[in-house]
Amino acid sequence: MKANAVSKSNPWLYWFAVLTALATLALIGVGGLVTSHEAGMSVPDWPTTKGYNMFLFPINQWLGGIFYEHSHRLLASLVGLMTTVLAVWLWLKDSRPWMPWLGVAAFLLVVAQGVLGGLRVTLHMDSLGIYHATIAQLFFVLTCAIALFTSRWWQGLERRPPARREENSADKHAVPEAGAPLRGLVLFTTILIFGQLIIAAAMRHQHAGLAISDFPLAHGKLWPDTGAEAVARYNAQRVSINAENPITAFQIELQMAHRGLALAILICVGVVAWRVRSSGFGQSKPSRERRDGTSNVLRRLAFVWLGLTLFQIGLGAATIWTNKAADVATAHVLVGALLLAVGALWCAIAFRESVTEIHDRRTEDRRSPGAAAIGAQPAMTGNK
Amino acid sequence: MPRSVVKQDGHVKSFAKRLTPVQTDVRCTHFNYSSINWLMKNVFLIMVIGILGAGQMASAADITGLVTLNGPPPAEKEITPLMENPDCAKMHATTPTTHFYVVGPNHELADAVVSLKGVTGKSTGASAPPVVLDQKGCLYTPQILAIQTGQKLIVKNSDPCIHNVHATPIVPGNPESNQVQMPGGADLNLVYAQPEMFLRFKCDVHPWMFAWVSVFDSPYFCVSDKDGKFVIKNVPPGKYTVEAAHRKLGTQTQDVEVKDSDVTVNFSFAVK
Repeated sequence: MKANAVSKSNPWLYWFAVLTALATLALIGVGGLVTSHEAGMSVPDWPTTKGYNMFLFPINQWLGGIFYEHSHRLLASLVGLMTTVLAVWLWLKDSRPWMPWLGVAAFLLVVAQGVLGGLRVTLHMDSLGIYHATIAQLFFVLTCAIALFTSRWWQGLERRPPARREENSADKHAVPEAGAPLRGLVLFTTILIFGQLIIAAAMRHQHAGLAISDFPLAHGKLWPDTGAEAVARYNAQRVSINAENPITAFQIELQMAHRGLALAILICVGVVAWRVRSSGFGQSKPSRERRDGTSNVLRRLAFVWLGLTLFQIGLGAATIWTNKAADVATAHVLVGALLLAVGALWCAIAFRESVTEIHDRRTEDRRSPGAAAIGAQPAMTGNK
Repeated sequence: MPRSVVKQDGHVKSFAKRLTPVQTDVRCTHFNYSSINWLMKNVFLIMVIGILGAGQMASAADITGLVTLNGPPPAEKEITPLMENPDCAKMHATTPTTHFYVVGPNHELADAVVSLKGVTGKSTGASAPPVVLDQKGCLYTPQILAIQTGQKLIVKNSDPCIHNVHATPIVPGNPESNQVQMPGGADLNLVYAQPEMFLRFKCDVHPWMFAWVSVFDSPYFCVSDKDGKFVIKNVPPGKYTVEAAHRKLGTQTQDVEVKDSDVTVNFSFAVK
């Protein structure tokens, strides 16, 4: 491994990282199908499959829930293999000192994730499924980040020489004004999304079906009655095809928290998009020129984020209206993963921008000490 | 007094004393006397056992009753995924439905588990005949059943397809199990040590398959039949709380006192 911090981009490595991220997204999708079809325990042994070597399990026995669970295991094995290759590749070929460690982290995470999935089966512990689902989201973000960091565009940013600031005072603070407050907001929203995904995993892995079966109301009210008598009534009226556990007051409250958090996320993402649009973020000439299109990428990502959020809320509603149809619920899981990834990548790019911004300003300050008083303040703001 | 009479135990001895004249009459030969004495003793013992047994039978009573449902139950759902599975679909001419509410024409409610609440430590499960839970047509049959602690539960697979028998108890001491059962495979024998209401069995291969087994620590329970009737047999005299539990409708209780005749107690549920 080379000591210098600048790496020459390797398109093969980049595309392999992209492929790994896509395979991970597919794995999350199949995992979502496993849970949606209540098939997690259809293969009671692990790492074998009904006594067979996992890779030799006869295809004529891939029936019912076994199909989903076994496919999940095989795809997980593939993702594990791809992650191992990616980690070794990064270790051998990426000259940036921190990148190989990202590969190592991905490798350790995928191994832990595999073991966790296996233990969830062999220990009969539903609660492990919550951790399994949550770590899957983190792993997906990590693979997306590796794909981003191995891209030519990102490494171009790293190699870019310090930018010259335009003298036009109107554009001088365009990036910090639009970007600095948004970085904090986007980070906060991304954390909210992660919290939302944990709540979602907890809801799904209690195997209780829909705790609230109507939307936008909840059991016919804005806030549902969660008294013991009311919960008994909900359970009595609920007829489900699958062997779902009876719902509890806690599960109803959990779904209400999920709805409330969804609204909060929509507002936050909406504010991000509105601020980006109203401030001309990414459209000012200095930004476009100085940042190699960075601001423009962030601008587009903000709008994609908003679009995905609206789509996700629609999917959430559809999940309820279709009585948690497996394909709809799984699509809801997938878009949730994408929302987290977009937020995380936005943060990565924006904070990279922030670091560059500080670097540029310090460079400028060293060149012209008189500008220090002007340049220091926005840089400090951007670093918050 | 002959030596053989001296050797008799207390209650027979007193009886023999009252029969002394008779016994004197047959004391003509030692042999005859011994035979008659042996016969008398055994007849007497049989009588005593009979009388005690009859007394016991007379003092134990049955708790009988009827479970009904007031008002219309929620509509059952068609199990459409079953018909989408080729192996399972071929065993059904029409799409089967869920059976949460099995209600007769006169509101009789089946599948209510009626038991004596709080009666524990009376299990005769170890010597009771096994109870069978079958998988037939990709459905569990019956869907609701009850057993005693220590009683063997035999799970069969009568289907030509693979199932996994996944028992998900929540009471400590009742182990969770998840076993593959191939078509024509050996029966599974399960035993539970702790009482538990509605211990869920499911098949993760076919997620619409489920059954609930209630485990009691006594033989005093019954599942209401399709006519809504139940009989808890041979309940000793005493005061009891009779509990009727339905998977969807919750529980109801009534206090009863059992003396020397059958007791009737009815339960009426309603979907609120």
